Amino acid sequence: MSATPEIVFAGTDGGALTAIADYEAVGGFAALAKARTMTPDEVIEELNASNLRGRGGAFFPTGRKWSFVPKPDKLDKPHYLVVNADESEPGTFKDREIMLRVPFRFLEGCLIAAHAIESKHVFIYIRGEYQREFEVLVDALEQMRPQGLLGDITIVLHRGAGAYICGEETALLESLEGRRGQPRTKPPFPAIAGLYASPTAVNNVESITTATSVLELGGAEYAKLGVENSTGTRVFSLSGNVVNGGNYELPHGFPLKDLIYEVGGGIANGRALKAVIPGGSSTPILTAEEAGRVTLDFDSLVGAGTAIGSAAVIVIDDRCCMVQLAVRVSQFYEHESCGKCTPCRVGTRWLSSILQKIEDGRGAQADMDLLLSVAERINGKCLCPLGDSDAIAVASYVDKFRDEFQAHIDEGGCPFHGASSLEHVLAPVLQHTHEAAAEALA
Amino acid sequence: MSTLYEEIRELRALYPEERSAVMPALQLAQERHGGWLPEAAFREVADALDVTPAYCLSIASFYDMFRLEPVGETVIEVCTNISCALNGAQQVVEAFESELGLPAGRTGGAYTLRTVECLGGCGWATIVAVNNRHRLRVRAADVPAIVAELEGREPAASDAAEEAGADVGDA
Repeated sequence: MSATPEIVFAGTDGGALTAIADYEAVGGFAALAKARTMTPDEVIEELNASNLRGRGGAFFPTGRKWSFVPKPDKLDKPHYLVVNADESEPGTFKDREIMLRVPFRFLEGCLIAAHAIESKHVFIYIRGEYQREFEVLVDALEQMRPQGLLGDITIVLHRGAGAYICGEETALLESLEGRRGQPRTKPPFPAIAGLYASPTAVNNVESITTATSVLELGGAEYAKLGVENSTGTRVFSLSGNVVNGGNYELPHGFPLKDLIYEVGGGIANGRALKAVIPGGSSTPILTAEEAGRVTLDFDSLVGAGTAIGSAAVIVIDDRCCMVQLAVRVSQFYEHESCGKCTPCRVGTRWLSSILQKIEDGRGAQADMDLLLSVAERINGKCLCPLGDSDAIAVASYVDKFRDEFQAHIDEGGCPFHGASSLEHVLAPVLQHTHEAAAEALA
Repeated sequence: MSTLYEEIRELRALYPEERSAVMPALQLAQERHGGWLPEAAFREVADALDVTPAYCLSIASFYDMFRLEPVGETVIEVCTNISCALNGAQQVVEAFESELGLPAGRTGGAYTLRTVECLGGCGWATIVAVNNRHRLRVRAADVPAIVAELEGREPAASDAAEEAGADVGDA
């Protein structure tokens, strides 16, 4: 595919390393052995030297996050490592492939991180829909236990039960404590008062897995990969109207157009590229022209007014109505809003209904202003980024494709006349009304 | 065989605090009650942990994977989030509706059919979960064979399922 050195998927040769002997044959657990000869501060120093930044979406430096956890002599409470394996940002499916193909590298990273923050307790919060991934991890842990690799550390796999919001770290902690997954106010931050009000590091699966490689290669060596401010490789999830959807590990700084056209085989069915969502559904959209100019790293995407997010690239071809896209994205956030804070609970619903009105041809000129006004009243005013995501995504569609929104109002209906690729998509949030409609028809 | 009570107590031992076991306990209870949570399930979980049945319901009602109404023996869930939708997920939903004679969102006979939010398989659209096992790259045209397979009219492993086996699919 490319000459990129594989880091996360090293040694897999396109397959999976699910037998412990196979993993050991490619140098598995050497990084853990090395880490255990080092002090926790030395491990953190190695991470800092690598400049590894969080792969869940926030891009926060992993080493720094670990350094925020107080030393045990400063705060006499148990320390916890919580791994966020609740991958559910639309477009993102990398962590599941990491857990399936390199479960030991991931679990080795958990033990390295636990050493770094001086924790004896690891909780892996894995989304409930990932049944097979859960089974692979159970099996991997069973293979590790007889070898004494865990030492005095316990690793508990905790299964989620279907709630996007639990990918937000404080909602995840609430859920892990047996409550509804509703975000907490910050501060206090999890490093000080996280799980059971104790010092906690919350890290994404890919970040933790990459930490293993950082220890193996050395931080400075790892930092040579990628580009400035975005070191190393990234597992990009490529989806949408592209020929070869899938996960591709590539260095940061890889041109977006090469991911789509060379790695991904181009736009499916010979259609034309219309837009790209570069980092999961929460990130602002790029036009085809903008997508041709950016590279896949933090600085380039911020420079283009968007974000690398969870590195989930969604390719959209010219059959897609942007108002329908906005409706579907907004319905998702409306469905997943936890209801705790008003701007999100009420705002996401307003966005969906105004957008639906425009799509149905019932929109007036004032609805365009109302739409953007609602988005403004959500953005930056919520407890967590969920509501913001809806507002930012929708506002970006209006900003980049205003003519298309305007055409719905001018023509009194969708200019695609039923031919859009997203026509009549039944979102779960609509299922109840759909059910009532079915009842009425019966 | 150990009782649900004993199994929940074992789950409880995994956590520093009792409440953390509520979700796994509800998952276990749901499995034992045929895929959904009747009132009795909340009492059983509450008995085994230091919480009330009402508390258990408040948790169950928050999360999509807990079911508060009976479900069919086979639960079919079609992802209709962006990447699947761009690749014809709605046509897949409609094919299941027509093949099963069941509107999405409903339970009828041995089946529950519903649409769900992102299942995390966007690059292998459309994702269809059958009892939480993911099938990848399902097209509307594959649906009659999938239903025939589920009804035992055709052997397992349709083309789509076999292809899925190559990467992360379950079937």
